[in-house]
Amino acid sequence: MKKDDVPQDKGSLESADFKELCYAVDENGEYTTVNSSGWTPKTIALDNAIEDINERVENAKKRVLNNETSPVEYYMEYHKMDLGILASYVGLWKWRVKRHFKPKVFYKLSEKKLQKYADVFDVTIEQLKNITLHGN
Amino acid sequence: MEIDFTHHQSAHCENGVVSNLMKHHGFQVSEPMVFGIGSGLLFCYIPFLMVNHAPAITYRAMPGFIFKRFANRVGIKIKREKFKQPANAKKRLDENLKKDNPVGLQVGVYNLVYFPDEYRFHFNAHNLVVYGKDQDNYLISDPVMEHVTTLTDKQLEKVRFAKGAFAPKGHMYYPIYIPKEITLEKAIIKGIKHTCRDMLAPIPIVGVKGIKMVSKLIRKWPKKKGAKVANHYLGQIVRMQEEIGTGGGGFRYIFAAFLQEASGILNNPKLKELSKEMTQIGDLWRDFALDASRIYKNRSGKTDGYNNIADQLEHIANKEEVFFKKLKKAIK
Repeated sequence: MKKDDVPQDKGSLESADFKELCYAVDENGEYTTVNSSGWTPKTIALDNAIEDINERVENAKKRVLNNETSPVEYYMEYHKMDLGILASYVGLWKWRVKRHFKPKVFYKLSEKKLQKYADVFDVTIEQLKNITLHGN
Repeated sequence: MEIDFTHHQSAHCENGVVSNLMKHHGFQVSEPMVFGIGSGLLFCYIPFLMVNHAPAITYRAMPGFIFKRFANRVGIKIKREKFKQPANAKKRLDENLKKDNPVGLQVGVYNLVYFPDEYRFHFNAHNLVVYGKDQDNYLISDPVMEHVTTLTDKQLEKVRFAKGAFAPKGHMYYPIYIPKEITLEKAIIKGIKHTCRDMLAPIPIVGVKGIKMVSKLIRKWPKKKGAKVANHYLGQIVRMQEEIGTGGGGFRYIFAAFLQEASGILNNPKLKELSKEMTQIGDLWRDFALDASRIYKNRSGKTDGYNNIADQLEHIANKEEVFFKKLKKAIK
């Protein structure tokens, strides 16, 4: 890549006002570093990934409201986690967390367990039990 | 307290931390040099590991390996510490800062508040340097950022004790012994040899063979997985290749910069030629990313498009195979 070809597209980083470093060759063929504001192919990939997550969150929300799953799944998706990551944050086996996806099981959990989930998701127990109270 | 530490932005966090720490201790080592000596370049497809609901593909060595190899090859000794208790982790960090010793930390990205929201995923192998403390704020030099920043006590604890794959467990590291004279020649040759071995490894998911395997998989994705999932997988490949940290072209440009620098140090003009060739291969990777992005932009599930980029990948794999064989000969 030539120095002048380093893309300066509108990127997702712009909002945060930071530019990443790219390696490129100058007129004499010597390597140098150039800051780049972004590259469209990347931005689209990231936008799609985020859209995908939002879809998963919306989907989980609907299923919680229909009482098909527990708020744990909604908050897990909201925090871009999967079962393995959530399990290691709450310090439980994966199958136990999965069991807590069942509304019946979830609403009978002890205060202590609920608090654990609430801490991981950074919400109050009320918000944990009722996702309509969750900010976003 | 603030240690007199100069922040240099780098493309990749691990090279950047090493390069910045070395510069702090009086040795001018560039980021590509760290990357090359540490044999950072790799391609590996990890079928059994899913990252963000897509198969994991990496363009670099395992987190931590670059520094480890670099240190071994230039004769530096590093002290590494991991902690069970956050309180101990904080205590040891504060002790080092009091002794004017800037330290490297492994952290999780998800709770890194100064990162843009879009970039905060559960990735636990990010690296940064702490170079001081101002009351309750730690002074942070994150090599991928343009400028230095700060984190509070609590914020730092959260990222040091992130959970999931590669959980950092408060991992802290710093050099405890640096030889008076550092000779890079031997280290460079070791680094190059290792990279050639990795890229030409007779393992189906590693190096050139791994690229070929992914190329074959791409052809199957639209039929087997449907347009939506196939698009998501492609997007993930491009992100791994071009996301912050690779310097562009899945680390190929950084590697080319390393070869150029190495050519001067070893007085080996062949490496300079090979550096040019690697730059061209990097351009091919960029073209691949651009064409792949056209597919997921249009949310296309047409097999022609997938076959086209799969052909491109195969072409890249063949080019790299020839390249690394030549590179192996060039340093004999």
